[in-house]
Amino acid sequence: MEKTQVLVGLASCGIAAGAGKVYDKILDIRQAEKLDFSVKRTGCIGMCYREPLIEVIDATGSYLYGDVDENKALEIVEKHVKSGEPVKEYIVFTDLFKTEDNEFIEGQVKIALRNCGVIDPEDINEYETRGGYKAISGLVEGKVTPEAVIQNVIDSGIRGRGGGGFPTGTKWKFAYNSKSDVKYIICNADEGDPGAFMDRSVLEGDPHSVLEGMTIAAYAIGASDGVIYCRAEYPLAIKRLNIAIEQSKKKGYLGKNIFGKEGFNFDIYVKEGAGAFVCGEETALMASVEGKRGMPRKRPPFPAVSGLWKQPTNINNVETFANIPSIILNGPQSFNCYGTEKSKGTKVFALTGKIKRGGLVEVPMGITIREVIFKLGGGIQNNKKFKAVQMGGPSGGCIPEFLADTIIDYDSVNATGAIMGSGGMVVMDETTCMVDMARFFLDFTQKESCGKCTFCRIGTKRMLEILTRICEGEGKEGDIEMLEELAVHIKNTSLCGLGQTAPNPVITSLKYFRNEFEAHINNKKCPAGTCKKLLTYTVIADKCTGCTVCAKNCSVNAISGERKQPHFINQDACIKCGVCYNKCKFEAISLT
Amino acid sequence: MRVKRILSAEKQSTNQNEVDLSQITSLIQKYKTKKGNIIPLLQGTQNLYGFVPRKAFLKISEEANIPLNDLYGVATFYAQFRLNPVGKHIVKVCHGTACHVQNATAISIALEEALNIKDGETTPDNLFTLESVACLGCCSLAPVMMIGDDTFGKLSGKSAVNIIKEIKMKENN
Ligand SMILES: Cc1cc2nc3c(=O)[nH]c(=O)nc-3n(C[C@H](O)[C@H](O)[C@H](O)COP(=O)(O)O)c2cc1C
Ligand code: FES
Repeated sequence: MEKTQVLVGLASCGIAAGAGKVYDKILDIRQAEKLDFSVKRTGCIGMCYREPLIEVIDATGSYLYGDVDENKALEIVEKHVKSGEPVKEYIVFTDLFKTEDNEFIEGQVKIALRNCGVIDPEDINEYETRGGYKAISGLVEGKVTPEAVIQNVIDSGIRGRGGGGFPTGTKWKFAYNSKSDVKYIICNADEGDPGAFMDRSVLEGDPHSVLEGMTIAAYAIGASDGVIYCRAEYPLAIKRLNIAIEQSKKKGYLGKNIFGKEGFNFDIYVKEGAGAFVCGEETALMASVEGKRGMPRKRPPFPAVSGLWKQPTNINNVETFANIPSIILNGPQSFNCYGTEKSKGTKVFALTGKIKRGGLVEVPMGITIREVIFKLGGGIQNNKKFKAVQMGGPSGGCIPEFLADTIIDYDSVNATGAIMGSGGMVVMDETTCMVDMARFFLDFTQKESCGKCTFCRIGTKRMLEILTRICEGEGKEGDIEMLEELAVHIKNTSLCGLGQTAPNPVITSLKYFRNEFEAHINNKKCPAGTCKKLLTYTVIADKCTGCTVCAKNCSVNAISGERKQPHFINQDACIKCGVCYNKCKFEAISLT
Repeated sequence: MRVKRILSAEKQSTNQNEVDLSQITSLIQKYKTKKGNIIPLLQGTQNLYGFVPRKAFLKISEEANIPLNDLYGVATFYAQFRLNPVGKHIVKVCHGTACHVQNATAISIALEEALNIKDGETTPDNLFTLESVACLGCCSLAPVMMIGDDTFGKLSGKSAVNIIKEIKMKENN
């Protein structure tokens, strides 16, 4: 009989939730009691809302336990591993019977995430036992021509997962057709969209799939050097990538004459970003790799013709590369059997915000937004009302509830005014103010603008000022029209995607939630109850114990009252700073 | 656009005296002739001092033969580079979309109050620097903050302040 296996999800999210302690605990017990079972670390299985997660695989099947802490780990080892009796109440998923979390897993098709949460990301052998490096070695051994490889990628229909959605095979063809002795492959791991973590999970959970994808691209276009541009906020991803690169080199999968083929040289190194959103844009990224300010430049020439160090360069996103080995190994139809006519395959989404089951899902294209949020995601936290979902980050927009039946493919999502983007889905409920969200995104793009184009630099600043004013109750007639006018100019006069898409969050919010803007401007009200300056703070007399904390902390002495008597807020003096609300231990301050 | 400024020589002078510039000599030698060396040079310097001191700019410029304005240009472009000294623990509060939706503002307010500093500032005892960042990649645990290499999720204002207090207690022992 196989030994019982215990897997602990040790990606950044798991570690933040305390998985490191659970892992150590299990190792301690095993050592102390000299038990015979194997323990291994693995990546993120996607159920972030249940972290820390451990999986026990024994002769009867596999059992995934959620919300594990050290005590539960002890109990699981005691009962399940030692005595073969699964601890039912902690099980979140198993093949053997239904659980309430079944829907989260069952709706998914895993291609890019095929190994995440299954293998030990720091062990190349585990990747290989799951078919890893078979795709590239098959190409080399079978002497498959680069043209045939590119044709396979074209046939699969895969489009870039970094946000642009450009057909990957076509891009490779451009780079293949550029003649040069030196060509580069770049993996874009800058993952700039704040609120998305698909790439991080792939890099932390299955780094070799990205390396293999890059090596296949190198084989196809004839490149000899690879760079992974990874954001510095992902230290664990960088560490695991470097481990993976070391292991590949030892096995002769990277370096000179790799996979036994004379003249097939390919090396990869990791370049740490220095914190600039615009460096996700491909020309800015290359400037940054060259050690310069990450300013985008005009295209053409496209990177495929003149990229890094002025050599032909092919740049793809992490998720794009992670899909490639599977496409090559299993054939294009294994990928394009999923999806819609123009958007093939699967897409990974990061579900976050006010959603019950926040985490990472990989779904076939063509599924509706509603299915993802309500079936897989389990709906809205605290049974509040679903209001909108933000897709595409700072370049995207908020899709309102009444469009939730939109199917997920590039064209349908674009038609709503949002974009597919890289895969962030931030879910919002009735308590999220759409004006505040628009302000939030403008604040982001305004800071991240590199400053090259005037409208992007100053226009976003002016838009931000107007939005801030509206949120603070100082909105004026004409503000909405001014926002719309600025949006058009910024879109038309910006060089790169950052400026061209920066007004999108405002435009979509105005399209679907114009009444909220008007309520802020005309009635000085925030319907969602988020914008502090538009709220009225009052004391709920029944709950007030007269502890005087609020009065003591009020910086403008707007609160009066006797000790042990209900207090009172003088609305004329109140500056709506919210301190009383935060300080009150008895929830006796109401916001309306 | 981010606007960053280098403190005037007088303002930085007190800290300058503590900086031992010879530490970066080998770094400069290593990268001097490499192409695309500006970012690694600045990153290396910052790793040593926690920030890039004014005098280090001058030394790198001279010894690696890089125009000063190129160095300043790169250092002020990227969020990563600090031009002023920082505290021992850098508290990065996430203000990405997911954290914003889950009220990251409350975390920042609570920390600002507890530490009595504003975003970007350092406590007088040089223990903490407060920073806000965009997304730490743990969005499903929002709101999130990171101190050193440790990430903390599902925070409330109170739990965030408690974490700081714990670190402070350890430091005082
Ligand atoms: C402002 C801006 C930021 C971007 N950020 C990213 C990013 O973080 N990650 C990414 O993969 N692509 C990003 N892109 C898209 C890249 O420019 C490029 O299209 C992509 O890396 C190509 O890979 P793909 O074809 O595999 O998607 C960004 C584009 C713009 C305009
Ligand atoms: S938005 Fe805060 S961790 Fe991603």
